[in-house]
Amino acid sequence: MSGLRVGVVTFPGSLDDVDARRAVTLAGHRAVPLWHRDHDLQGVDAVVLPGGFSYGDYLRCGAISRFSPLMSEVVAGAGDGLPVLGICNGFQVLCESHLLPGALVRNQAQRFVCRDQRLRIEGTGTPWTQSFTPGQEIVVPLKNGEGCYVADEATLDELEAEGRVVARYLGPDPNGSMRGIAGVSNARGNVVGLMPHPEHAVEDGFGPGLDGLGFFTLVEALASSAYRV
Amino acid sequence: MARVVVDVMLKPEILDPQGKAVHGALPRLGVEGVVDVRQGKRFELEVEGELTEQRLAQLHDIAERLLSNPVIEDFEVHVA
Repeated sequence: MSGLRVGVVTFPGSLDDVDARRAVTLAGHRAVPLWHRDHDLQGVDAVVLPGGFSYGDYLRCGAISRFSPLMSEVVAGAGDGLPVLGICNGFQVLCESHLLPGALVRNQAQRFVCRDQRLRIEGTGTPWTQSFTPGQEIVVPLKNGEGCYVADEATLDELEAEGRVVARYLGPDPNGSMRGIAGVSNARGNVVGLMPHPEHAVEDGFGPGLDGLGFFTLVEALASSAYRV
Repeated sequence: MARVVVDVMLKPEILDPQGKAVHGALPRLGVEGVVDVRQGKRFELEVEGELTEQRLAQLHDIAERLLSNPVIEDFEVHVA
């Protein structure tokens, strides 16, 4: 079977790496396990940083993972246009790595949130969201304790103006995120961070549906490698 | 040996749910008149040998890059 080779990074404390690999496989690609201590991306076409509690969330979520050997490769690859998707803890790692603006702090309501969450996909100009239509509403699981997205007003305005808010929460804001932001991309669009978990909504009988699969299809990247230099 | 202390606090504009929870507990303990609580982190770095300017600059860099996140936090470095 053709398809891309999509790396899924495992950090100590990663939780959803196996689910992410499964989602990649169900989307028709080959999942390549990557280890945080290696200095080698193994030539993958795209990278997923999965959810979990890397390094026990010590110091700050994602703060220690950022300095892992593999992350220096991911940062370099992202600079060359490598598609990178960070989910939940992966989103936190991307913010700590300064690949994405802003930060994720403790939920305003001081509670861990775990529920099926309705989202609106807004930015579809990224390899991870291009299979959706702008404005499409989807439902995927959300589970986080520190998922409140914050950034200064100027950064938020810039994200909105450039269409870099890729997903927004619908209904009551589950964690206090500014402007209901559930996911953002970098300026180029190849790096996306998402607090909810599309990898848990890719298979009949598990999770709220199949809405998450669209994040892993990577259609255009497959067709043209448009996001690589 | 020298001790270098790094204090890290959330920036004033970032809401601090932990501080808020602590603040909420105070009246239950009969403490009145505390109008706000902010929770931060304190790091104590034990340093071998002489604390040179260069060494201190290195620790300042670590405080900025690792111990704090400049997007949401401020830090201060003290020599104890």
